[in-house]
Amino acid sequence: MEKHVVVIFPHPDDESFGAAGTITAFREQGVPVTYLCGTLGEMGRNMGSPPFANRETLPVIRKEELINACEKLDINLRMLGYRDKTMEFEDKREVANHLKRHLDELQPSLVITHFPEHAVHPDHNAMGAAAIEAIRLMEPENRPVVWAHAITNNYIEELGQPDIHNDVSPYFEQKMEAVLAHKSQASGILGKFQESASLSADVMEAAKERLGVEQFYVWKFSK
Amino acid sequence: MEPIEIEKVQQLLQGYCNKDVYIHLETTNGAYASHFDDKAYNVGAYIRNAKVKFSQAKIIGDGKTYRAGLKLELGWIYAEGLTEWTLHNGSQLLLAGHDREGRLMVALHISETPLGHEYAASDSVAAE
Repeated sequence: MEKHVVVIFPHPDDESFGAAGTITAFREQGVPVTYLCGTLGEMGRNMGSPPFANRETLPVIRKEELINACEKLDINLRMLGYRDKTMEFEDKREVANHLKRHLDELQPSLVITHFPEHAVHPDHNAMGAAAIEAIRLMEPENRPVVWAHAITNNYIEELGQPDIHNDVSPYFEQKMEAVLAHKSQASGILGKFQESASLSADVMEAAKERLGVEQFYVWKFSK
Repeated sequence: MEPIEIEKVQQLLQGYCNKDVYIHLETTNGAYASHFDDKAYNVGAYIRNAKVKFSQAKIIGDGKTYRAGLKLELGWIYAEGLTEWTLHNGSQLLLAGHDREGRLMVALHISETPLGHEYAASDSVAAE
């Protein structure tokens, strides 16, 4: 059984879309889970129609949504204070050291993060790279296992099949509850899934197809 | 935010002329544009808390979308595709344009005080 799982992603909602089912499974086993969330998603585009948020109020709204989602997932939350869309311009070593301070304190046995260069959003790639750098800086015998989440359209071609394949359909209800806690973004993103899935008219069915499985690569460190 | 009322916004723009002001200017089609459509390009530009002084300001449009232009001593700032406005914290003029799904496409904010940057702080812990 895992001792402590730390999830490292840059945006409020990354944890819910990418790992909520896996997180729920760990919580059901009683494993503590901590989310290190990089930004407050200040640059999110979904403002509602008619708009209920603007660029200045969005961080406050998304922070509340993040706290709600973490309460629903029953996980600890630490907000790291970076700004959305700027992660890749930060000094990677500084971000890695920042993350390492948290990891040294929390001593996780497993870290879940984005797969650098296969996570589409520049913040995802930068956060994943910094997380992996943070763990690389540890003594090899103290390193937690790293599960990396890839979402590019060609990740299977480039990386082969993921090592970890979690069917999270037993936790799908909890996952959707967490996703929907991110009210300002959820409808826009689910709409997008529906559009690109182009099969089902039912958003929940389309979502289940896209969100019912969570897959990860086990990161291999070269000493 | 509310649909732009041109007289009201013009009057507010006038009030910032010849003062040091802080600008937020942004346009984007999102980080996922070319992920969901391989024929699309990802584009965006973003300036926050640039301190400028403009001598003229104008908002022009056709009742649906608007353009705002600010004349600087040595140059210009403009934003196109604006549809909504609000006065934030009583004195910060926010102009924005959204697509039909409510996604932000362009934003122009003008303020006599720096726009919020309190979130670029260090760690905070919640729900622990």
